[in-house]
Amino acid sequence: MHPITRTILHRLGLGALTLFIVSIVIFVMVLLLPGDFAKAILGQSATPETVQAFQKEIGLDKPAYVRYGNWIAGAVQGDFGKSYTSRVGYTRTVAEIIMPRLANTLFLALMTAFIAVPLALALGILAALHRNSLFDRVVNAVTLSTISMPEFFMAYILMLFLAVKLRLFPGLASVDADTEFFTRIYKCVLPSLTLTLVIVAYMMRMTRAAIINLLASPYIEMARLKGISKARIILRHALPNAWAPIVNVIAFNLAYLIVGVVVVETVFTYPGIGQLMVDAVRTRDMPVVQACALIFAVTYIGLNLTADIISIATNPRLLHPR
Amino acid sequence: MNQWEELQQAAFAKRVSRRDFMRRATALGVSTALATGVLSRAGYAQEPKKGGSFKIGLGHGATTDSLDPATYPDQMTGTVGWGASGNSLTEMDAAGNIVGDLAESFEPSDDAKQWVFKLRKGVTFHNGKTVTPDDVVASIKHHMGPDSKSAAKSVVDTIEDVKADGDNIVFTLKGGNADFPFYASDYHLKTMPMKADGKVDWESGISTGPYAIEKFEPGIGAKLKRYDGFYGKAYFDDVEIKVIADVAARTNALTSGEIHFMDRCDLKTVNLLKKNRDVNVNIVTGYGHYIFVMNTQVAPFDNPDVRNALKNAIDRDEIAKKVFHGYASPGNDNPIAPSIQYATNPEPIHTFNPDAVKELLKKAGKEGLTVDLSVSDAAFTGAVDAGTLFKETAAKAGININVIQEAADSYWDAVWLKKPFCASYWNGRPTCDWMFTQAYAADAPWNDTFWKNPRFNELLVAARSETDSDKRAKMYAEMQQLVHDDGGLINIVFNNYVSANSKAVTHGDLLSNWDVDGMKICSRWWMA
Repeated sequence: MHPITRTILHRLGLGALTLFIVSIVIFVMVLLLPGDFAKAILGQSATPETVQAFQKEIGLDKPAYVRYGNWIAGAVQGDFGKSYTSRVGYTRTVAEIIMPRLANTLFLALMTAFIAVPLALALGILAALHRNSLFDRVVNAVTLSTISMPEFFMAYILMLFLAVKLRLFPGLASVDADTEFFTRIYKCVLPSLTLTLVIVAYMMRMTRAAIINLLASPYIEMARLKGISKARIILRHALPNAWAPIVNVIAFNLAYLIVGVVVVETVFTYPGIGQLMVDAVRTRDMPVVQACALIFAVTYIGLNLTADIISIATNPRLLHPR
Repeated sequence: MNQWEELQQAAFAKRVSRRDFMRRATALGVSTALATGVLSRAGYAQEPKKGGSFKIGLGHGATTDSLDPATYPDQMTGTVGWGASGNSLTEMDAAGNIVGDLAESFEPSDDAKQWVFKLRKGVTFHNGKTVTPDDVVASIKHHMGPDSKSAAKSVVDTIEDVKADGDNIVFTLKGGNADFPFYASDYHLKTMPMKADGKVDWESGISTGPYAIEKFEPGIGAKLKRYDGFYGKAYFDDVEIKVIADVAARTNALTSGEIHFMDRCDLKTVNLLKKNRDVNVNIVTGYGHYIFVMNTQVAPFDNPDVRNALKNAIDRDEIAKKVFHGYASPGNDNPIAPSIQYATNPEPIHTFNPDAVKELLKKAGKEGLTVDLSVSDAAFTGAVDAGTLFKETAAKAGININVIQEAADSYWDAVWLKKPFCASYWNGRPTCDWMFTQAYAADAPWNDTFWKNPRFNELLVAARSETDSDKRAKMYAEMQQLVHDDGGLINIVFNNYVSANSKAVTHGDLLSNWDVDGMKICSRWWMA
């Protein structure tokens, strides 16, 4: 077997194991949450009888391991069960609640990634090329300032100037399934911009550092002595060896764009999955909470796995083993 | 011209009514155009006109919401599913009176044990079908029955039987209740079409109201379109209601013109919002009140003198000012809001009075009293701060209060009705009877002061079926006095509903029974 195939299979196995452990952790954490789900769902108007009727209906009278078994068996087949808001004759599956929200989150993440990743790579490469120049310093100062500010603060600043004062972009990113593609992009400008400002610095600095590191190595010196152009040195000789750390940090930031944007979603009232999860925790809609947590775990583990595999696959030394 | 300027000043200070202003302006020879211009600048309501798209942002709403009225937890579902798109048999008006809505008229008989509601003629559902008394009966029965999980269960529990009789809907109650028409105005009791199996169709959202639901996305919002077959008034062409949980986002949406109305302003910054020339801030005193409750069955609170000492050891004005930024009215240990029929303000008014506290403690033999007070912001926002201020003033009067901050998550399970002295809140109810039955009757499950006063409970039953208004007023006055003097309630403040709207829209008097103009904002407002 090719060593790369073996490594990949090994990583996939580890990923699946991690996911299994995470699913147990999620289930146990939800069990440990204080308060009574039925009471929280029914509100202050709950009476003992209504609470009892409700608990029976959602199967809370069964032991925990049975519920875990049912849940995980369903989840593997893509069935996350019913939301606690379902009642007799009216079913709301977790999947139908989550899917539109997940689609929104992915849209925002992709839109941001399309702006942020090329921007960060370009800035990082340019900064490495013109190390210690004025350009390098300005780029560093600006991106480090934007990453140092909490994201909600960035969001409010952008909203104040671009939405309230200049009225260029809407401050409410309220989209739904019927929103047209370009309207959607227009509405997502401010949240996307906020997220871009938050993640660019990290990726940019990593790119810059990785390339600068390599530029000092003997084989680059050799290339330079051969008289190859600067651009070619970087793109052809330095970058392939720099991919590993860069891809890792990109994957990390992409994962953040999917699982960690709840603050930005709340500020711009963007109906994404982070907001859904907070909402579900607040209203104790546990099947939704569990499903969201599992999706987050899959995203995180999946993206890290991909990053690992890419960094192995692009590493010339691993690619051509002796 | 001097008089004209005076009149304008009076208008800007809202010292004259719209009608008086116009009459006097005409008498002064001012043109109508000029006069109405002044009125609109002074923020007076204009004659309603039709048209426009109304957008509102509400701080409630969750993905767990559904259109089933048995589940409506708050103003979001209430505004969409009931205020804008549905109707109950009766409704409250701005003066706090109960008037017919789907019912043309209503009559009690048999000592208010039976109520007959006459259905308005020619009312249609959004699908064009005529509303029959059977639809109304099915809609009420939707909340009844032993398996009911309805939020209105406590309301319909008073009903023995409901049936259709010709054009009428006849309610037979378990006991006489002169206030039943108020119960019938509850926002969960909206009228929906009956299906062939006798159950109601709530899933479609079809009802009788001024707007038909086009789209409802739980936790995100709703879109509605005016239903031209509606029997009452409605002005906007269409309405969009958005869930904007974050108060700063809500405020930004209002100031950037993306919404016309927001509820629950941020009290810390509302003074800045008031400076915005395009925005009006509305303040309505509702029925809701923020309270501390003492378990009157447990020492030391089983001693009325101790209870009264604590009632006199709190500085409500200070709490109203510091915790609620002035957007609250100090309470007087009476759970009945001033705008409710038969409300009184029992004497002596409870204010911070250290001398009275010391005297009462001496009388009870409890000098140097130490008590534990459980608080959490789950009870109401600001409960922890209110508890801390209470501790400070009580210390001055010789009472030592340990303020214990409880976990917010399980507050209603583990603290409320369990700990002997804790913070709580009531949304309030529109009648004395409703409020007292829910929270002060000896056997009420939510009697959070565990107060069992024989005279009070005797009066409660007697007043409920009493149809003579003067006699009822006297009974309710005595009951309010009893709660004030003997009960375990410390009513800190009545809360205010603080909302804001852009001047692109305007309105008449605001309803005080619920926030968001009694949840009927969509039909009661219009474009300026």
